Amino acid sequence: MEYFIELLLSGLTRGAIYALIALGYTMVYGIIGLINFAHGEIYMIGAFTSFIVATILSIYGFPLLAIIVLAGLAAVIWSASYGYTIEKIAYKPLRKAPRLSALISAIGMSIFLQNYVLLAQTSEFLPFPQLIPDFPFMEPIAHIVGSTDLVILVTTTIAMLILTVVIKYTKIGKAMRATSQDRTMAMLVGINVDRIISVTFIIGSSMAAIGGLLIASHIGQINFSIGFLAGIKAFTAAVLGGIGSVPGAVLGSVVLGLTESFATGYVSSDYEDVFAFSLLVLILIFKPSGLLGKVESQKV
Amino acid sequence: MNGRILEVVGLTMDFGGIRALNNVDLDVKQGEIVALIGPNGAGKTTFFNCITGLYRPTKGDIFLYRQGSSRASLKGMKPNRVTEVGLARTFQNIRLFPQMTVLENVMIGRHCRTSSTIFGALVRNTSTRMEEDSIIESSHRMLVKIGLTQYENEIAKNLPYGAQRRLEIARALATEPELLLLDEPAAGMNPQETSELVNLIQSIAAEGQSILLIEHDMKLVMNLSERIFVMDYGKKIAEGTPEQIRNNPTVIKAYLGEEVDA
Amino acid sequence: MISAGELKKSLVVSLWFAFLTFPIMVVRVDPVESTVLWRWHNMVYVIVGSFFLSIIFRYLLHRRDIQTSRKESGQSNPDQTLIHRWLSNTRSRTIIFVSLLAVALAFPHMPYLSSTYQVNIMTTALMYVVLGLGLNIVVGLAGLLDLGYVAFYAVGAYTYALLNYHFGLGFWVVLPIGGILAALFGIILGFPVLRLRGDYLAIVTLGFGEIIRLVLENWGDFSQGPSGISNISRPGFFGIDLTLDQAIIYIYYLMVLFVVVTIFFVNRLQDSRLGRAWIALREDEIACQAMGIDKMKTKLAAFSLGAFWAGIIGVVFAAKTTFINPASFTFLESAIILSIVVLGGMGSIIGVIFGALVLILLPEYLRALAEYRMLAFGAVLVLMMVFRPQGLIGSIRRVYTYTPTKKGTTS
Repeated sequence: MEYFIELLLSGLTRGAIYALIALGYTMVYGIIGLINFAHGEIYMIGAFTSFIVATILSIYGFPLLAIIVLAGLAAVIWSASYGYTIEKIAYKPLRKAPRLSALISAIGMSIFLQNYVLLAQTSEFLPFPQLIPDFPFMEPIAHIVGSTDLVILVTTTIAMLILTVVIKYTKIGKAMRATSQDRTMAMLVGINVDRIISVTFIIGSSMAAIGGLLIASHIGQINFSIGFLAGIKAFTAAVLGGIGSVPGAVLGSVVLGLTESFATGYVSSDYEDVFAFSLLVLILIFKPSGLLGKVESQKV
Repeated sequence: MNGRILEVVGLTMDFGGIRALNNVDLDVKQGEIVALIGPNGAGKTTFFNCITGLYRPTKGDIFLYRQGSSRASLKGMKPNRVTEVGLARTFQNIRLFPQMTVLENVMIGRHCRTSSTIFGALVRNTSTRMEEDSIIESSHRMLVKIGLTQYENEIAKNLPYGAQRRLEIARALATEPELLLLDEPAAGMNPQETSELVNLIQSIAAEGQSILLIEHDMKLVMNLSERIFVMDYGKKIAEGTPEQIRNNPTVIKAYLGEEVDA
Repeated sequence: MISAGELKKSLVVSLWFAFLTFPIMVVRVDPVESTVLWRWHNMVYVIVGSFFLSIIFRYLLHRRDIQTSRKESGQSNPDQTLIHRWLSNTRSRTIIFVSLLAVALAFPHMPYLSSTYQVNIMTTALMYVVLGLGLNIVVGLAGLLDLGYVAFYAVGAYTYALLNYHFGLGFWVVLPIGGILAALFGIILGFPVLRLRGDYLAIVTLGFGEIIRLVLENWGDFSQGPSGISNISRPGFFGIDLTLDQAIIYIYYLMVLFVVVTIFFVNRLQDSRLGRAWIALREDEIACQAMGIDKMKTKLAAFSLGAFWAGIIGVVFAAKTTFINPASFTFLESAIILSIVVLGGMGSIIGVIFGALVLILLPEYLRALAEYRMLAFGAVLVLMMVFRPQGLIGSIRRVYTYTPTKKGTTS
């Protein structure tokens, strides 16, 4: 039973991280119909930025809380800036181009960013400083759920709540929903669509940055290539939940996290990534609209 | 002569909870021009999509009577099979192959009437070469017939609007259909182009081609068609000769609204 | 002329990039030694570089937009470059082809220029030419974005490696088996996935590619896992034992032959009833079906024919390197082949050949650039899509014309 709970909680933690990344995919897809293949790299850059800032600050002896806050802030600021810039360079000029052109451009951007970090930093795995201390109050259950897991779950929940409020109740959120339903119409009623798209990339990238920080401190090491797998898995989660749907992304992420956790816990850990990829393939083949997505009908 | 060529029985199509087509019956006789009219959203294009296999109807059936063979049910057939069996269509929003030339567009229409294989393509044996030549030749003849030879080697998307519509018809005819379906062929055309189109359709029909068309332009419909079916809200509300339809109060009401009575 | 406003814009961009790249480019921390390295010179490079690049980028974007608007209004026929005029003429095309072939055949015997090392690199480049031409059928002609193309390459390579390892089967026996097995895989994979829409198809094929690699990595009993299979036999030459140098030259000539055969086949496929159907399918799927073309069958043909070439080259790859492991079949390999097709021109045979030679040979000969190879591949994909989606040498397919005197020949 204890093992079950352990797997359950670790699955939830995984799910929470996936959700932070999956949101970026789903929001961008909802607005411009593009699979932002470079989104995983945004997350990787977030992890790298927080790693760099946290290491510098700890060398200069800053207190732990300050390090966490500043590293997180830096990750969000830079990831958002990258997201914004990528959209301007690689996607915006292709708004009128066929869907596949933008996808190929996104794949190119992803490869570019990976190698950019590889060349400017290193190809080796870097030890990520432990930012989240072991809370004393967690002691009794520490063998089942770690403090990091708790922080991840709480942070993700807060981030989701904020995002939901933003999308549902703010003016920019309404404009985002309008743009995703009908871009031309949104333009006609005076919404600055370019700005909305930029904002979408910024929000999605910020979420990914938080995910990058959290997972890096959870796993304890980072590398230029972590974005690819995390990106694919988060995309799987987004499709599983129904791409374009924000609650769907969260649901899909949790389902994927739990599936992976139980599958590796009870079946075999060798095939951990195979589970995710198989789920992706099966979902796309049999239920491409996902759990909560709308069925897209073809217009003739 | 003048046997039925198409028979649609009780066609019903539901999208989720919405009934887009409700128990529609329709038939076309050999060599006849039949029109399907109705206000926007009446379900005309849905009707076309159902009989050409793009949608699978919820209920009802579609039968095609081919010369010299028994009737075939089109229900559940894939769109390409429907075309093979003998029903070719045009689209409301023109769907040409924009980067291909006019001749090549028509050549694609010959695809389902030819049969060379990968092997033939690689070896390029005599029969394959002869087939290729015959495809080019018959496509060219089709362009002569439709009057598009002046554009023959132009890229399709560069054609004037009216010519694009005519090219769609040429391409559909190249599949040698038993019945030609035209989805709003005159949409967006100027009066000059429309009258040319009427001539074209009449000349095609004069060769014995059966035609079913959807149209908004009442003048065109009244001029061309021998029989008219009227739809509204997914239901057939009237059928008859142009004369009968012109004077049918239900049709007038559907088109002009209730306030006419008041 | 570049206006002051433009310069100001570029200045803003360069400052923005200085900020953007600051943590990654300038700072380098060592968490173990607790040291920080500040590489300020990198920031200078970024500022200067992005200043000029942004001017070029905006200039090209501007030019592109003018061109598209001109094209839309029907003026100017696109892409009548010198290369196009050469290549649309049958005679000059033959001359070019024959002289290229002569160079290719003479290459291993050129003094000073060639060495075993050079021949090896050329062989690799030619392998990518065939891989590019194969993927070109799928992506370029039929318009299906296949991101897992490397899986078929792996099927070919492992077919040879395993059959050779277990049963001692030779290269020539396995060559067709590898190709056919890969094509079969293409059909099996294609059946469920080919009804998916473009971008989903891309992701599913990517998923399949990764699954195959992961299985090869983890199913040790079958594939010997990450350590791979070694001591694979080189191709036989009528039972004569070749020295290593001879074998390398032999494989090179084999690849020249394969390239010629592939060009011949792909060219014929493209100019056939099936080839027309592929292009039509790429242009408008629904209209294509309405013309009586079986969407599934046509796509499957493209998919399996593309896979066939990958399988063939997989066999050659295993025979050439005599060692394979799953690390050779990552997504990046698919991305490289895709870059070749995109750079050269989707649907363009000559373009793909050109793309393969440029992308594979350039990093080899400009050693200084070798490090930046993948960076460049990524940039190529983005820049080509933005500025020249038709590729460097856009597709020059046969245009069918009707000639009344001599019926049905081409111009």
